[in-house]
Formats: sequence, C-alpha cells, structure tokens
Amino acid sequence: MMARTLFSCAFVISLAGLAAAQPALRFPPSVEAGAAFSVSTAGSGDATLYVVGPGDALAHKVHLGENVAFAADELHNAGHYVAILVAGSSPQSVQFDVVASRKPAAISFLAKPSRLAVNRENGISGVAYIFDVFGNLMLKPEEVSFQLSDATGGAQSRSAASHEGVAWVQMNSAPKAGPAQFKAALDSVHATRVVEQVPGDPCSIRMSARPASGQRVLLQTDPVRDCSGNPVPDGTIVSFTETFQGRQSTVDVPLKRGVAETELPAENGAVISAAAGVVLGNEIRWSGR
Amino acid sequence: MSADLRNVNAGHENANRGASRGIGVILGLVLAIGTVALIAIGTIWPNQSDSGVAEPNARVIISASSPQDAVNDLLQQIARREWHSAYELLGNKGEFSETEFKSDLTGEYGSLRSYAMLNQFDLQPLRASADQAEIRAHLIWSSVVGTFEDSRDLRVVRNGRHWEVSWPIVKEARVPPQVIPVNYLRWDVIYRGPEDDWGAQDVEAPHVRIVAMHPMDRAGEVILMGEILNEDVVPAFVTVKASLLDSKGNALGTEDAFDKISHVLLPKQVSPFRIDFHNIRMSQVDSIRMQPSSNLVPASADPVIGIESQKLNPVPDASLTGQLVNQSGQVVNVAHVIGTFYDGGGQIVWVADQYPSRALLPGTPVPFQISLPADISNKVKTYRVVATTYISSRIQ
Repeated sequence: MMARTLFSCAFVISLAGLAAAQPALRFPPSVEAGAAFSVSTAGSGDATLYVVGPGDALAHKVHLGENVAFAADELHNAGHYVAILVAGSSPQSVQFDVVASRKPAAISFLAKPSRLAVNRENGISGVAYIFDVFGNLMLKPEEVSFQLSDATGGAQSRSAASHEGVAWVQMNSAPKAGPAQFKAALDSVHATRVVEQVPGDPCSIRMSARPASGQRVLLQTDPVRDCSGNPVPDGTIVSFTETFQGRQSTVDVPLKRGVAETELPAENGAVISAAAGVVLGNEIRWSGR
Repeated sequence: MSADLRNVNAGHENANRGASRGIGVILGLVLAIGTVALIAIGTIWPNQSDSGVAEPNARVIISASSPQDAVNDLLQQIARREWHSAYELLGNKGEFSETEFKSDLTGEYGSLRSYAMLNQFDLQPLRASADQAEIRAHLIWSSVVGTFEDSRDLRVVRNGRHWEVSWPIVKEARVPPQVIPVNYLRWDVIYRGPEDDWGAQDVEAPHVRIVAMHPMDRAGEVILMGEILNEDVVPAFVTVKASLLDSKGNALGTEDAFDKISHVLLPKQVSPFRIDFHNIRMSQVDSIRMQPSSNLVPASADPVIGIESQKLNPVPDASLTGQLVNQSGQVVNVAHVIGTFYDGGGQIVWVADQYPSRALLPGTPVPFQISLPADISNKVKTYRVVATTYISSRIQ
C-alpha cells in the first residue's frame, strides 16, 4: 500500500514536471463528490488521462478534441486532485478539488459524559461531525440543532453552526434523574445518544432505631434522597457507627429499595450515627427503647 | 659453609614437620573426642530451648521424655500436616474427634488457615511440676498474604514415662442448615463493542477522588497514607499510584497501594490506602504526584460485614481489636480488615491491616487484631475500619 502510494506520488510528480504549459484540459476548479461531470480536451489523436487524488487513481483512454465524461460516484473522495493528460511526449496537467456533496448524510455524535449528576451547569458536551454520503467531512457551515430531553418530557434545545465540519454545544443536566436522550440533527439526518443523569450526593440522612432480637438494635434510614428530591440509587453505602464506652462498632450497608438497614449491639447510652460519603446524618443516643 | 647451613636448616625443617604432625594428631584427637562428647551430652541432656523451626521433612518421633519434647513432637507433626500422627500424640483425645482437631488447625470453608503452613513456633514454659506442665506455644503460620500468629496454652501431663499434650480445642463454629433470604443487589456492565459507531460513547469510568493524603517519614522510608472516595453511583475498581519527585521533577520512585487498600468501592464508599517507598527519605522529596484510577466493574453489594466491639489497646500490645460479623447469608472465605488511624486533629497517622485466619460464617463473630507501632499508638485518637471480602465461589 505504502509502495503504491509512493509510486503514485512519484508518477504524478514526474508527469507534472513534464507537463507542457498549453492547457488542453479544462477541469472546473472544484467538483462535488460523486457528481457526474465532463471535461473538454483540445487537439487530436489518442491520449491517456490520469486522475490522482486522495484514495483514488484512475485512467481514461481519451480522444483529444472530445469531452471526457466522469460518471456519478467515480470521484467521491473529497480533496485535492491532479489530472494529467499524456499524449505522445508532451503530457499536460491540471489541478482541481473534489468537495463534499451538499447533502448531509451522517452525523457522528460524541456526547460526554455518558453519566453525570443532576443539576450540573454545562456538564454535558455534544460534538457533531457532519459527513456526506461518501463519508467526506462537510466543511461548509451548517446549522446543527441539539436537543436534550429527559424522561419527564422536559427538553433543552440549542443550535450551533458547524465550523470546518464540526459543531458543538454544552448543556445543563436536568434536576430530575433518569436517562436523557441527547439528539443532534441536521435536515433529516440525526444521531442520538443516551446520557444517564444520576442523583447527586444524599442531601440528608435520617435514621431511626428500635430494639431487635438478641440484644441488638435495628437501625433503619428513611428513604435517602438528594437535594433535588431524587432517590439516591440502591447500592450507595451508608456507614453506621455506634460508640459506647470507648468501643466502636461500624458497618457499611448498601441502600436497598432506598433505605439502609442493619443491626448493631444494643448498648444503653451508646451513640449511633450514620453517614454516606462525606454527608453526615442524624445521631441517636440509644436508651433501650 | 653454605652446604652446612642447608643441612642444619633441613634438620630444623624435619624437626618442625615432626612437631607439626604431632600437634595435628593431638588436635584431631581432641576434636574427635570433643565431638563424641558433645553428641553424648546432646543425647543424654537434649536441648531445652523454647523455640523451634517446623521441619516438614522430619519423620522420626522420639518418645517424649520432657514436656518440651512432647510439645515439640506434636508441633512438628502439625507442621508436616500429619493430622493423624499429631492427634495420636494427644493426651485428651477423648474430648474431641480427629476431624475436630484438624478443623481447629486448618479451619473450614476454604479460609486463609486452610492453605497455611505452620512455619515456626516458640515455646514458653509457664508452669511445671513433676507430673504436669503448662507451655505457651506461639505458632507462626505462613500464608499467601504473609504470616499470621496463633497462641495456645498447652497443658502437658506425664503418662508413665512419657509426656502427653492436652490440646485446647477451639471448635470451629458451625451454622445450622437453613435458608437465608437475601435481596441481592448487583451491577453488571455492558461495554462498548467493536461493531459500535466510533462516536458511540463507552460506559463512563466511575468518578473517584482522593479525600485525604498524608506523607510520613518513618525509619528511613516515605509512607504515603490517605483515603479515596467513590463519589459515583456505580461500583469502582480503584488503584492509587504515587510518584515521589525531586526538585527537578524527576521521579525518585513510583509505587502503588498493593493490598493496603480496598480495591472495590461501592457508591459513596471510602477506602484508606497506604503506599510504602523503601530507601527514599522525605528530605529528597520535593513534590508528590498522585494517580488515582478507576474502572467500572461488575460487583455485588453483598456481603455486609459488621465490625463490632472495636477497641484500641494501649502499649505494650498496642493494637486495635474487634470482631467481624457477617450479616449476609454467604460464607466469606477470607476477610481483609484495614484500619485508618487519626490524631486529634483528624489527620491520618497510620494505616494498617490484618487478614483474620478463619472464614466468616453468617452471624458468627470472628476476632481480628490490627497491630500498631508503639510510637504511633500514642498519637491515635480516632480510627475507622473497613473490611473487604473474598468469596471463592465468585472467583471461579
């Protein structure tokens, strides 16, 4: 592959160096990718037209003085091309560009992060890359619309003009936890990603205690919620600590169905507290009831 | 003249050689006699020292003619894992079965003890009379996570011409057959696949944060201690790596918290970590680069381990003791206890750990003891203990 590319380059350079000044080829300065077009030639006799560009190299047998037709999709990779007409010992060359087609066909959409806490200002970023049907990045400015809609139907919309084929926005995460659909659209083309908006830190932890069997005390939290009222996900660790006469008992308990529950030794006068991460809950002095 | 002198010298040399041979023979005889005498002394009055090295290849059991001999023989059999031979040496076989004796020593349920070998023991005579003696056996077992110790006070009773050890059996706790309902909470992860669009995002790595860090210069090495918090809503497999940098920014050393950390952190869970840098002094260090990392991993929220009756014990046996209570229905084969110790200002002054040797059965307390250096124990005002668990059925 590398050798072929090097050979192509060397071939183009050597032919271009030999090219005569008189223009027998009339290529338009730019051609839309995938479009059919033709170019005129001057003179008489047979010649070979070589067209070399990014990812494409083709040859046409031509009769000088007639038009050379390029079929649709024949040149579809956007970029800078060189056409060399070889007739006898006087090759001629012209350069032209193939540009992305005007119709967007695909959006590659990067949404970050895939998971974040609720109520984060500009916490979500979306970057859209616009491509035509041949996978060429569309460099001309386009207005891309972005929409972030959460499970409750709330939505934020923004639009951004693409620059060199890329458009981006930042969005706020919603106060309500749940999966949000993040959509980037341009004309009829769109791409959707899912952003998981998760509850924040517990806002407060309220714990109650009651006697359990076998000289134990049953500790249970109320349903734990964040400061926006979202239930904190199951599995979040709540640490219970009991201190009594210089001794301490602790247990890390995961929330199950929104509450954390455990048993510790029942000691009259023991002080029991609860915490989750860096958030502290209430404190109880156990008196046996 | 010179010829005469040579003859005289030759005569002296011959005389000297004869004298040297005589001394050599005498020396050889003395050494031989001394060796025989020492062997005889050693046989008649055997070694009464109070320590030994377990010799797994030793096969000969000499009839115990002293309490130390009896204990030594027993412990050698235990070191060779010759449970039947060891059991046969006991004087109180009627009190328990051979199976109970074996499970006292090896534990059950695939605990750390099950795969440990008795590596060394020390014997300390406590009392002795003509017919019985009491000896404290300090057993040092080697395991995959290092050594652990076990101390037994052995009563040794004379039986005719022999001495027999009464083994103080510790019967392994058993849980009666039952059904324990458990609401399992578990996270599974589907990662991005190779056929996904390149723009499709993978699952986000959990967000973790170092919430405390304290370097310490101790005994010519730098010790980094701290705490890491999983502030996400998904479980995280965390590691903490640190590099010590000199004034030019060059790395003096890079280490990570190998087993002085709880690697799997559930949401909002905090783990201590400790990283030891050997042969680096604090005076060489200009700055420290911390590199916490996390991966999203499938995990289970169970089992829940209560850490009860935690108590700081003062010097000379400075330690933190307590009991682990498995509040779930699954047997925990190996538990790992990590303690974080703080001074009066809330600064971390020490992180230490211990692996209890016995399995954690549901609802059955298992003691643990985390040793503290004497100078550190004086500074400790508060502490926090976490326990991690290893369950063989999950590893398979």
